[in-house]
Amino acid sequence: MALQVVTANRIGDGTVVYLTRGGGWSERIADGQVSRSDEERDALMAVARAKAEIPEVVEPYLIDVVEEAGVVRPVRYREEIRAQGPPVHPAFGQQAAGG
Amino acid sequence: MYRYDEYDQTLVDERVRQFRGQVARRLAGELTEDEFKPLRLMNGLYLQLHAYMLRVAIPYGLLSAAQMRRLAHIARRYDRGYGHFTTRQNIQYNWPKLEDTPDILAELASVEMHAIQTSGNSFRNTTTDQYAGVAADEIEDPRVYCEIIRQWSTLHPEFSFLPRKFKIAVTGAPNDRAAVRLHDIGLIMRRGDAGETGFEVIVGGGQGRTPFVGPTIREFLPKKHLLSYLEAIMRVYNQLGRRDNLFKARIKILVHEAGAEKVTEMVEEEWRHIKDGALDLPAEEVERIRAHFAPPPYETLAAAQPAFEEKKRADGAFATWADTNLAAHKVPGYAIVNLSLKPVGGIPGDATADQMDAVADLAEHYSFGEIRVTHEQNLVLADVRRTDLHVLWRKLRDIGLATPNLGLVSDIIACPGLDYCGLANARSIPVAQRIGNRFADLKRQHDIGELKIKISGCINACGHHHVGHIGILGLERKGEEYYQITLGGSADQDAAIGKIIGPAFSSEDVVDAVETVVNTYVELRQNGERFIDTYRRVGKEPFKERLYAAA
Repeated sequence: MALQVVTANRIGDGTVVYLTRGGGWSERIADGQVSRSDEERDALMAVARAKAEIPEVVEPYLIDVVEEAGVVRPVRYREEIRAQGPPVHPAFGQQAAGG
Repeated sequence: MYRYDEYDQTLVDERVRQFRGQVARRLAGELTEDEFKPLRLMNGLYLQLHAYMLRVAIPYGLLSAAQMRRLAHIARRYDRGYGHFTTRQNIQYNWPKLEDTPDILAELASVEMHAIQTSGNSFRNTTTDQYAGVAADEIEDPRVYCEIIRQWSTLHPEFSFLPRKFKIAVTGAPNDRAAVRLHDIGLIMRRGDAGETGFEVIVGGGQGRTPFVGPTIREFLPKKHLLSYLEAIMRVYNQLGRRDNLFKARIKILVHEAGAEKVTEMVEEEWRHIKDGALDLPAEEVERIRAHFAPPPYETLAAAQPAFEEKKRADGAFATWADTNLAAHKVPGYAIVNLSLKPVGGIPGDATADQMDAVADLAEHYSFGEIRVTHEQNLVLADVRRTDLHVLWRKLRDIGLATPNLGLVSDIIACPGLDYCGLANARSIPVAQRIGNRFADLKRQHDIGELKIKISGCINACGHHHVGHIGILGLERKGEEYYQITLGGSADQDAAIGKIIGPAFSSEDVVDAVETVVNTYVELRQNGERFIDTYRRVGKEPFKERLYAAA
């Protein structure tokens, strides 16, 4: 079973966010709730869709992640860039805060 | 330049009010994203990787100093202090907040601007030669017709739901600086048998995943028929363009599948019904619009400017810039000045708010208060006295806009790529930066000569890679960035689609590969050949051998 977290863009400013354990949203992927089974995945997406209707976020979706030494990282390069910010602007996004 | 009348102003003001209401309803949860998305896209608001993106229309790339200052103000107040000039001669902002966009649109409306039809399956910004109205080689000023097309194509009710987006470009000069053969419709002003001017009409060019150089469907169209003929083309496309497959929906596919001859027949048949009717351009209306583009009050100057020549002799850096970034002006004693938005290691097309403000000031002091945006992502001050060039150059140097690299290896078109864009498979900007750094030695750049490198981060080809002398296309393979190189493309009057040279290169190797291609050209060139000339003479094999010999 692939590990996954739910990501979306925040409604107001489009900032990339991740669904957290408490059912909130964080700009840090490290705070994201990791699903480890089909049931967990479906439950996370149900929460995210409900929040998209409020609307807190836009177009939530699942991404594959890996966990290395307790650190969660996206599998795809595209999602790594979304998580960190544009590489050409190191002062923007989470990369500025050291990840 | 064209100034809004009350209809134009009412239209954009009403649109701001409408969008303000739509945003409020969206934020209150009364509109879902599915409902809101088409509404925001009708106003140029995208959602990209990290944030919303707002694309603002700059009709045929022409800006007043006041408009440029407003763009700077928006960058500073609502964004992160910069904007990105695009290949459609528009500008886009990468970090606007949704709740701010109605205010941004209101700011734009206050200077006769908007973001309407910068997205969606509609007519996009009509583009033109950045030297329009001042080029020494021009037959007639195409901006008059760009403006007529703008008015006709803005919220045209019959064409508000086209099969796909639609791009028109017009040039008034035989040397094509507007890539007209790579457009859904391209128009080239020509002289008819009696010396009158009209249009050669090209249909079905384009880039993207299926690139075509567009065929000519009419050698000469008298000017008064412009709109009826365009409308006939659009009716044929609107009926027969494929709506079943997003990737086959552009008019180029219709032209390719049906054949140019058949499409011509259908267009001419449709035209027969509507020509000589309500769409005929009334001469007085054309003259009313032409008056907006009347030449500025030029001084009578001598063609030879000894003071300018003396400055060139005395100051080598100035001479290099003047020889590279100036173009011939039709009025004696004046020059067209290109402002490079491609500093070595910079982001192609980006300008800071401070640079925009400074350019607005310089335009007012030295160029009758107007600025043009080029499809190659640079800026132009079109009407500068030769005697002012040295002082202007020093001021441009102070704000980082005097890189003498126009048309050289570091004057690269690059799409935003995976740094920003949700569609991209790979990054584009860092490749442009690395190529710029590799060839940072300007003396070497000038020795290499004219060379157009264009980089796209996916097959949609926003970075025009198909028509780069050297084109670079970003791919994703097994989670890593790869780059495919094409050679021999061209966007000018000898338009051509580049050919894939071989297997793609890793991100690490791609700049070496570009350098190998350039070095191969330098070894093979004869008698002042440009890169593209040498390529056309020797073909791709010598380049291919050098690139893949080791493998």
